[in-house]
Amino acid sequence: MNTSYLLKESNTNDDGDDDSQGNLSRSWGNNPENHNLHNKTGLRILLLVISSLFFLFIIAFLIRSQLSDWEHLSEPWKPLAQPWQLWINTASLVVASIFFQSARFLSRRIDVGNATQYQKDFRIAFQCLILGGIFTITFLAGQLYVWREFVQLGYYINANPANSFFYLFTGMHGLHLLGGMIAWSMTVSRVWNGASLEHLKVKIDLCAIYWHYMLGLWLVLMFFLTSSPETYATLARLCGL
Amino acid sequence: MSYAEETEDIALHEPKGFYSKYVWSQDHKVIAIQYSLTAIVAGLVALVLSGLMRMQIGFPGSLEFMDANTYYQAMTMHGMIMVIYLLTALFLGGFGNYLIPLMVGARDMVFPFVNMLSFWFYLLSVIILFASFFVPGGPTGAGWTLYPPQAITAGTPGAEWGIVLMLVSLAVFIVAATMGGLNYVTTILQARTYGMSLFRMPLSVWGIFMATILALLAFPALFVSAVMMLFDRLLGTSFFMPEMISMGQQLDHKGGSPILFQHLFWFFGHPEVYIVALPAFGLVSDILSVHSRKKIFGYKMMVWAIIAIGVLSFIVWAHHMYVSGMNPYFGFFFATTTLIIAVPTAIKVYNWVLTLWKGDIHLTVPLLFAVAFIFTFLAGGLTGLFLGNVVVDVPLSDTYFVVAHFHMVMGVAPILVVFGAIYHWYPKITGRMLNDTIGKLHFWITFLGTYAIYFPMHYLGILGMPRRYYDSSEYEFIPQSAHDLNAFITIAAIIVGVAQILFLYNLFHSYFKGKKSGNNPWKAASLEWMTTETPPIHGNWGEKLPVVHRWPYDYSVPGVKEDFVDQTVSETQLQAMIESQKVKS
Repeated sequence: MNTSYLLKESNTNDDGDDDSQGNLSRSWGNNPENHNLHNKTGLRILLLVISSLFFLFIIAFLIRSQLSDWEHLSEPWKPLAQPWQLWINTASLVVASIFFQSARFLSRRIDVGNATQYQKDFRIAFQCLILGGIFTITFLAGQLYVWREFVQLGYYINANPANSFFYLFTGMHGLHLLGGMIAWSMTVSRVWNGASLEHLKVKIDLCAIYWHYMLGLWLVLMFFLTSSPETYATLARLCGL
Repeated sequence: MSYAEETEDIALHEPKGFYSKYVWSQDHKVIAIQYSLTAIVAGLVALVLSGLMRMQIGFPGSLEFMDANTYYQAMTMHGMIMVIYLLTALFLGGFGNYLIPLMVGARDMVFPFVNMLSFWFYLLSVIILFASFFVPGGPTGAGWTLYPPQAITAGTPGAEWGIVLMLVSLAVFIVAATMGGLNYVTTILQARTYGMSLFRMPLSVWGIFMATILALLAFPALFVSAVMMLFDRLLGTSFFMPEMISMGQQLDHKGGSPILFQHLFWFFGHPEVYIVALPAFGLVSDILSVHSRKKIFGYKMMVWAIIAIGVLSFIVWAHHMYVSGMNPYFGFFFATTTLIIAVPTAIKVYNWVLTLWKGDIHLTVPLLFAVAFIFTFLAGGLTGLFLGNVVVDVPLSDTYFVVAHFHMVMGVAPILVVFGAIYHWYPKITGRMLNDTIGKLHFWITFLGTYAIYFPMHYLGILGMPRRYYDSSEYEFIPQSAHDLNAFITIAAIIVGVAQILFLYNLFHSYFKGKKSGNNPWKAASLEWMTTETPPIHGNWGEKLPVVHRWPYDYSVPGVKEDFVDQTVSETQLQAMIESQKVKS
């Protein structure tokens, strides 16, 4: 919560006396212009909830990693010692994020007054949006490929808690991206059906924020999945575990 | 009354037929009623389960079907339904949905479709939970805390299907609560009407706002523990399951940490106490102020206390785990934080009492419930100070003292507020008053009855009577007097349970036959009473939004004909009102 705003808004003393008439202009009100702001705020609060969720998963991971039966997946000859496939997947997600950012940039600078430029920018923005989705699907397919590799190598979900957490982290992250893909597909279909530019701009903005977050989250998860046993031990000690 | 200068151009999802108006409604008021009725039905099931349990405790063997398994299943379902599916859903989904837009001057929640989804996910979670009564093995009997390894080990009732349905239901509930929570927080932050600054919001909104933030941050902990336990149960992982032998068989699990589950569960579980308590604090503040015709004492202090309690509630969770074993320094830390949380809580209690002090107290039914809440919360809170200390908690932890404590502080106290709030806002919701005589009868039976139930439990606890025992009649260390007391408690519980029929009757009867309430029967100053129509129409405010000029607690204002000044009256209008009153007199 933005506390500076809270203080600025406080025109009422402890007895509730109205000591200012100026607050009307500072009120958020219920204006339609604020609807975009509502969407962004809603998304940011959702990201806060997702952060809380994964923070707790990571804490559970750190605690569990300090118990004796944990077999680190990042040790030599283990599948995450050289996680090249994960890096390729990560690159896909980075590219997806770049495309979403490009679409966001283009949709922001679109000039409705210049019809030719408008058509061009609108088309490129839409293409970037589509490509962002395609690279996300590539990422998810790549993650499924890694799962298949794990299974073929005998690293089943119940064989060791380290494996369990690998499937849990990648699965939960993938599910969140799939949720994003639902929003993405709704946006694409609305554009396809001739939704307004204003509508497209807001939705692309929201998609871009969500995808950047998902990329950041994946990098954090990958750090934990591929770190050395010493790193886990140090982090666990820092957390007092 | 002041209105905005311009009308807005907002799509309001106007209902077009019966289904879009009453079933697939996106109107916050209808969703609130849907939430509330579902929660009340769930709560009635939990009430019946508690009656069955009390029969077994007070009169062992009196119910033929009540064996140990059934007892533990009833206990588990009673606890979980009351805490999550009744209280959380009713305070946030019910009161939150109904009151937030009306109190902050919005036309609806900012995401009405998501709000509707929130209710349907909630209903789905209730259906999944109740389905466990009908699956092989019945519902889980692991206790409402669902501790592993017991919860998913053969021999525990419902270890096959019941626990799976419980965990899935909780996960679905959390999705519902998150969708609702996004709405409440965003609406409060960004859809307040003109002039409605944060420090002009009623304390009800503040309480629900902070409780929602707690829910958004704490429910993920329950989600994490539910998902990981589902993995342990269904996929054979060992997140929580240690190496163990069950029924003479070595299980496939090994190395998991049951304590890890406890940490995750209570990281949710303790804020959950305040997810229930903070809305109750807010609602009771408003009820006290209106019915004692006095401004709330120390408004800003009350707001900061709500925020402080919310923040502190995240660093006290391990006081539920003193007997699970922990580093003594951790015990010291958590005991200290637990006792510190008593400071903002005490501030609130003092301020409620000082609000009543020298007020023009109207002994209405809502006020009776509000005052009863103060007594009950104080009693439950003080025993919390006992249990917050490690050395006192260890001997009392598994006794009826704890049962008495948590029922007083987060069972009876919030339920008293629920009743008070329903009596208070029912006229706004339906346009009719609840019957006063039935209300008072309901109040006295419920208030005195719950004390007859829970006060003696403190003595049973100090006597050393263990909780969770299915049948305590065969233990020599439990004297006959304890059994007699248990029989007395059971009779009181049955009376209180049956008396709730009065409340239900009042709700239904008054809906059709109650006295017409008008717009503002309590002469309250807050915005929800300023709607153009009662019950408020779709969109709440007619053509233009109201403009707010003051806080919602201007009662007993000198020189004004009515003894209150509502939030929409400007300083100029107030001066004019005072002048005209002077002329008349």
